[in-house]
Formats: sequence, C-alpha cells, structure tokens
Amino acid sequence: MDVEIVDGSLSSGSPDGDIQTKWDRHRFEMKLVNPANKRKYTVIVVGTGLAGGAAAATLAELGYNVLNFCIQDTPRRAHSVAAQGGINAAKNYPNDGDSVWRLFYDTVKGGDFRAREDNVYRLAQCSVNIIDQCVAQGVPFAREYGGQLANRSFGGAQVSRTFYARGQTGQQLLLGAYGSLMRQVDAGRVKMFTRREMLDLVVVDGHAKGIICRNLATGKLERYAADAVCLATGGYSTAYFLSTNAVNSNATAAWRCHKRGAYFANPCFMQIHPTCIPLSGPSQSKLTLMSESLRNDGRIWVPKKQGDTRPPSQIPEDERDYFLERRYPSFGNLVPRDVASRAAKLACDEGYGVGATGLAVYLDFSEAIERLGRDNVKQKYGNLFDMYEEITAESPYETPMRIYPAPHYTMGGLWVDYNLQSTIPGLHVLGEANFSDHGANRLGASALMQGLADGYFVIPYTLGNYLADTKPGFDDTNDPAFDEAETNVRGTIDRLLAARGKKTPREFHWELGRLLWDQCGMSREQEGLRQTAEKIRELRDEFWQNVHVAGSGEELNQHLEYAGRVADYFELGELIAVDAYNRNESCGCHLRLDHQTEEGEAVRDDENYSHVAAWEYTGDLSKPRLHREKLEFNNVHLAVRNYK
Amino acid sequence: MTDAKKTRSYKLRIWRQPDAASTGRLVDYEVADVDPDSSFLEMLDHLNETLVKKGEEPVAFESDCREGICGACGVCIDGRPHGPVTHLTTCGLRMREFGDGVTITVEPFRANAFPVVKDLIVDRSSFDRVIERGGYVSVNAGSAPDANALPISTDMAEDAMDSAACIGCGACVASCPNASASLFVGAKIRQMKILPQGDVERTRRALAMVEQMDAEGFGDCSNHGECEAACPKAISIENIATLRREYLRAAFRS
Repeated sequence: MDVEIVDGSLSSGSPDGDIQTKWDRHRFEMKLVNPANKRKYTVIVVGTGLAGGAAAATLAELGYNVLNFCIQDTPRRAHSVAAQGGINAAKNYPNDGDSVWRLFYDTVKGGDFRAREDNVYRLAQCSVNIIDQCVAQGVPFAREYGGQLANRSFGGAQVSRTFYARGQTGQQLLLGAYGSLMRQVDAGRVKMFTRREMLDLVVVDGHAKGIICRNLATGKLERYAADAVCLATGGYSTAYFLSTNAVNSNATAAWRCHKRGAYFANPCFMQIHPTCIPLSGPSQSKLTLMSESLRNDGRIWVPKKQGDTRPPSQIPEDERDYFLERRYPSFGNLVPRDVASRAAKLACDEGYGVGATGLAVYLDFSEAIERLGRDNVKQKYGNLFDMYEEITAESPYETPMRIYPAPHYTMGGLWVDYNLQSTIPGLHVLGEANFSDHGANRLGASALMQGLADGYFVIPYTLGNYLADTKPGFDDTNDPAFDEAETNVRGTIDRLLAARGKKTPREFHWELGRLLWDQCGMSREQEGLRQTAEKIRELRDEFWQNVHVAGSGEELNQHLEYAGRVADYFELGELIAVDAYNRNESCGCHLRLDHQTEEGEAVRDDENYSHVAAWEYTGDLSKPRLHREKLEFNNVHLAVRNYK
Repeated sequence: MTDAKKTRSYKLRIWRQPDAASTGRLVDYEVADVDPDSSFLEMLDHLNETLVKKGEEPVAFESDCREGICGACGVCIDGRPHGPVTHLTTCGLRMREFGDGVTITVEPFRANAFPVVKDLIVDRSSFDRVIERGGYVSVNAGSAPDANALPISTDMAEDAMDSAACIGCGACVASCPNASASLFVGAKIRQMKILPQGDVERTRRALAMVEQMDAEGFGDCSNHGECEAACPKAISIENIATLRREYLRAAFRS
C-alpha cells in the first residue's frame, strides 16, 4: 500500500491577497468571450441536477450553445430533487449575527479544516445571490406572516440561515433550475439529451473535447463534440450499495474522467448521515433519509441498560441516556453530522442499540409535542412523520422514531482548481462531483448551496476564461480520439456481456457495499483498510470472471447499465480504501481508530495531513499516484473542533 | 418492526413489450420469499434477480429516488396508477398491503401521449415539451433583486407550494379516461398565477402551454376527478379550474 507521493504539482490558481475581494478581483482579471463570439462555442454539460441544470441554463442565457445530458427520462428527476431540509445563505434576515464571514468560518470549521479557504469564501458570497435568483424564479420558499422569507437553524449552525420549502427544498430549487433550462430548450440554445449515459470522455490534444454516450433507450453508442465539457454527475455514495442516493445515481462518468487523467481528490471523505430509517431486511434497495431538521426538536436517546428490549414507552426518563446532550451540552442534538453519526454508532457498538437489529437509536418527539402541541409539530414535520409511518408502519406521534446513520453525500470527488477546472484542461467539474468546498464533512443545507453556486454564479465566469483561449467550433467526431474512446466503451460492454457467469451484478454490489461499510464507514483502522483494498481487488477479479448480465447491448437493458456501474464501483472502492489507509489522522467523517482521543473524538494531524489528497490514475489500479495540495489557512485559525 | 417476519408469495401478471414497435402482452410470473416490509419495487427487484438467475430477461421498469419525490416510478397496479394506497407513489407502496398468495396485475401508465418504451417504461417527454412553452418565470441568472424586496404572504406561498409539489409522474394522465394532462398543466399554471413573479407572462404562458398540451395528444378534461384521487401528492382538482379560467382570460386578452 506504499504509494508514490508528489508534492507541489497542484495549485488552486486562486489569486493572492485579501480573501474578501479575491473573487471580485479574479472576475475582473479573467478573460471574457466577446458576446458575438459566444454563439460560436458549444459546451457539453453532463447532468441536470442543481449544478448541471443551473450551469446549462446559465451558459445558454449567456449565448453559448449547450448540449445537456441526463440518464433520467427528464431533467427534472436528477437526485437534487430529493434534498429535504433547505439551503443556507448568509442573508442575515433574522438579524441573529450571521454574515458571509460566519458562513465561511462555519463551513471551514464544519469541514474540519480540510477544505480550501478561497473556494469556501466564494461559496459564502454567492449564497446570497442564490436566494434572490430562486425567489425570482418563483420558488415558493416558506414565509413569515409579514411576507418575508422564513429561516430556520439547521444541523451544526448557531444562526438561522436555512431557507426552505416545506420538506421539499431540493425539489423546488431543482424545478426552478429546470424551468430556466426548459426556457433555453424552447429558445433553441440548449439541446437536451435524456436517457443518455456518459461512458467516456474524449480528450483531443490534451483538452476535453467530447463524450461518448450510450443511448439508454436504444443501446446505441453516440459521439458528441464540443469546445469544453462540464461534468455535474453527483456523488458516489451508491458504491456502498445501501445509501440515501437514488438507485441510478452512480460514479461512472466521474470515474471514466479519472481514468482519462482527471485526479480524484479525497475519495475517502464520505458523509454518513445520522438520521436515516434503519435497515429492515436483505431485500432493501436503499435507505431513506429523514431530514436533519428533525434534530431541532427531536431528542436522541438509548436505554441506559445494554440490551434493553422494553418498548420505549416503558423505559422511565431516568433510565434513558440522551447521549448527544450529555456529551455535547452546548450543541446537544444539533452537533454536525459526522459527530452525531459516530456517537450513534458507538452507542450501538456498545450494545445500547434498539429495535430488532440493535442497530438503531431513538429520535423522540414526545417532549416537543408536549411543549409545542401536536398541531405545531405536525405543521413542521408532518410530511416526514408520514413518510416514516409509510415505511415502518409506526407513528412518530405515538412512539419514538428509530434512526441509524447511512451513506449520504461524498465530499470527495474530482479535483478542481479555483476555476472548477480539473487536471484535464477543458473538463470542469461542478456540484457534488467535485471535491472543493466541504472538506472532510459537509454541513446540512450546504449541498444545494454549492450546486447552485457552481452552476449559476461560478462556471459562467470561469468557463469563459478557458474558452477565450480556445479556438471555437470543434465538431470533429471522426477524430481518432473518438474512435479510441468508443472502442474502449464497446470493449467494456462486450466484456460484461461475455462473462455469462453465475452471480448477478447486485450480488457483487452487495458484497462490495458490505466491505466498504464495515471498513470505510464511520470508523476506519489501518490494517482493516489494507485488507479491504485487497479483498476488493479479489472480488473485482471474480466479478469480471463470474458476473452474469442479461440481454444484449443493442437495446434498452437496465441490467447492463447497472453492471457497468458496479464495475466502476469496484475500481473506485479500492481507491477509497487506499485513500483512507494513507490519511493517518482523523478528520471530519474520517475517523481512524488509531487517531482518536480517549473519549472517541477525532484527532487531526495538521502538520502532516493538512492537504488535499488527489489521486492520479497511472494505468495500474493498484498503484495510484498521490498528489498533495497543501491547504493554507490564513483567515481561519486551525483549532480542534469543539461542540461541547 | 414485525417480529419473526413471515415472507409472502404472489402471482404476478406483468406487461411485457420488447419495444415501442412490438405488441405487448401480459405474462404470468410467480414470486416467493417476499418480505412484507419491502416496497413494491423491491419486490420487482427480487423477481428480476430470480429471472436473471433462470436465464430470462428481467422486467424493465423505471425508478430512481425511491422515496416518492423524483416522479420516475409509476405503474398501474390492478388498474390503479401507483396502486391501491391513495397519495402514495409506487416506490412507497409496501408489500404488506397485499395479502399472501394474491394475484397482482402490473401494467405501464397508458396514454397516447405516453408511448411505451419497453415493458413498464413509458415516454413522458410530452410533459417536458409542455413546460418548455412557458412553465417558468423568464429570469436570467444574476438579474434578480433582493429576495425580500417582494413580500409574499404565507397563505400565498403555501397555496403556491400545494401546486408546486407536483412530481411529474403522470399518474393523473394514466388515471383519466380521456388521458388528459389538465392536472399536471393546471398545477404549474396555478403556481405561477398565485405568485406575483409569474404575473408578467401570465397570458402568454396559459395560451402556449395549453396549445402544446393539445398538440401532444392529451385528451380534454371532463371532470371525472380520477386524477386528483390518483395523484401521489394530493394535487387538488381546483388546479384544473384555475387552468380553465386562466386559459379563458388569456384567450379574451390575446
């Protein structure tokens, strides 16, 4: 597991000087594309979630030709749609002490000092414009009685800066972006390609110039050329099999870009969300998240006695351990996600877990119902309570919810510079697919903010800077690079179909997911990680020998689509383990058992690990090369996160 | 959680159709060892695993978020879009709703404007084309005033949200004897009509969206009310009344 390390090869490229004026200065210094020339450029945008949909619409508004791709039947279904809780913005409407600086500070601290300061500051600045934009689009955010926008506090924040639309904020923001996108489709400036899966990136003379897609409705491989490519294909939590992500969310497009030369940064930074409905049986296909806003009023506890099987109503108050309130008196149930998840796991590992599997803790609303009244609780959380009851057949009004952590969001992703450009010139990466803003842990309600910031307010400027130095109008899909990429894709598909083995892709995926969850989940340990990388390699070899894929390549074949994604999880899965093995510290989501305090708190090693770990594909999956980008903290004082 | 779970078996009659050009038919299957707490789609996953193991082709069906918000899933179960439980998507439906051993018929959403792609998958891109014509506020990124510059009452925001909750699944169309898209279109028209941001384009929007709805081959509304009953998000039929008023108003003004 010893890897070659390269220092000094990566630079964010953000300008020097005062952080507060950095983005303004950078916008001024970047080159512009003449308005009359914009229509000569074509840009490929892959993905139609908050980042991709916003980018495609905005680039088209500026006058570029946009080709926009998604795997779903319509752009309105991208998984951003499922975000419940809200979106942060430093508006300070409640007058409770928020500011751009505080949002910046909270995000850097929340990420356990493993994010790039400059990117995070810009994100906090853009947050303000996002809310304006979304309201102008007609997003029906919650309102106060005076007609002003309502805010609530959300996991890990001590100010109320979260804007929301019931429990469907992601849906409403996505429909806003989707509307803008559809407007550009109607205007003829965006060409929309649905049911297309990007299976390779085409690099011509070192620059990203196109993609190979499989038309999922017909099975045909298609070539698309452009002057630049923007990738906004989301995260890779689905590598863990059970996650809160949609069943079609996958890592394939990003991973194929990695194999074409884009470095993959911090792959082991995977967020495990504390408030999900526990696993009920082996046939389960995904885990369902309950918005973290529930922690505003719900109290988390386990019985004080190990293996206590009494129903919760029969466990008296003094026999309950409200472990978050006990361990973190100042933040209580509102500690950041990584801290809450880990505490729940610890309680269950020590035998205090509840429910049939013992892998759950209670989230109890009885006190809130007494304090606020049932109607008020219903107004705030009714849809979430209904969802819980649909799944579990239990009413949270009557009995505490049972919750357990689940893989949810990946802070890691393709490495990008300050301009969101990857290590392949012309390939820009947006939203969850990049690594840039959340460090080792993402705060609640910050994913929507980042996706929309990248799409509406960052890429429209920074892409122009790249295109200004690029000759417009590349459209040669007969370039040998397209032949090579298509042959590569076809080879993988043929290999999957030819194996005709005995195990289904789902069975392999399940095994891989268990390996990752057990060893690269909420706690990690060096020897276990080494063995896991080994086991993943072995299982991957077996996969290619023994997988059984039904049907053919020349038709709509969901089984083949899935098998291709699983094949990529196996490659990415090994890199996750290797990355976790090589980061000899604990930070945010990455808790190494060999680097913790006696109380189980993470111990960072800022001297040796205050860097981004960006992995280069060398042609040998087991010998990735590590490029370290040093993180500089000039504005936020490095400190031990303390939520006590 | 139920103790000592007993699994169930079902007889399934599922619509199989290789592609849009072929004729489809109902094919009988049996599925055993179904966890009653699993979802309807997980039951289909389970069936597909057994089919693949037997060397048969799995059933194609659409789904994505599996938590009721993306709108990708949707099949007719015993003739009802999204199945027997009201205000629930297919992915939210649990097998405990079906007694052990019963026969369940599974078909795609049927409408002229939703041609079958394969098995249970239909093409709902007609919805996108209707939205393209005006289901938005025309505002470019970067040009918006401060969000609080335009106060909107809580009632208005809540009312707009009731309409905006539509997930675009198409159950309203599949349930309607006329295969009308009036509830889907009405929900978007009403959201934009209630909110002041939508006011500028009100006339053009109503005319263009209705024109496209007709061009896609959706039928007209004749007040059956099936759509409201089938809608997993309980979108009210009042949205269709709004659609009609907005269209009439626009027709007189244009």
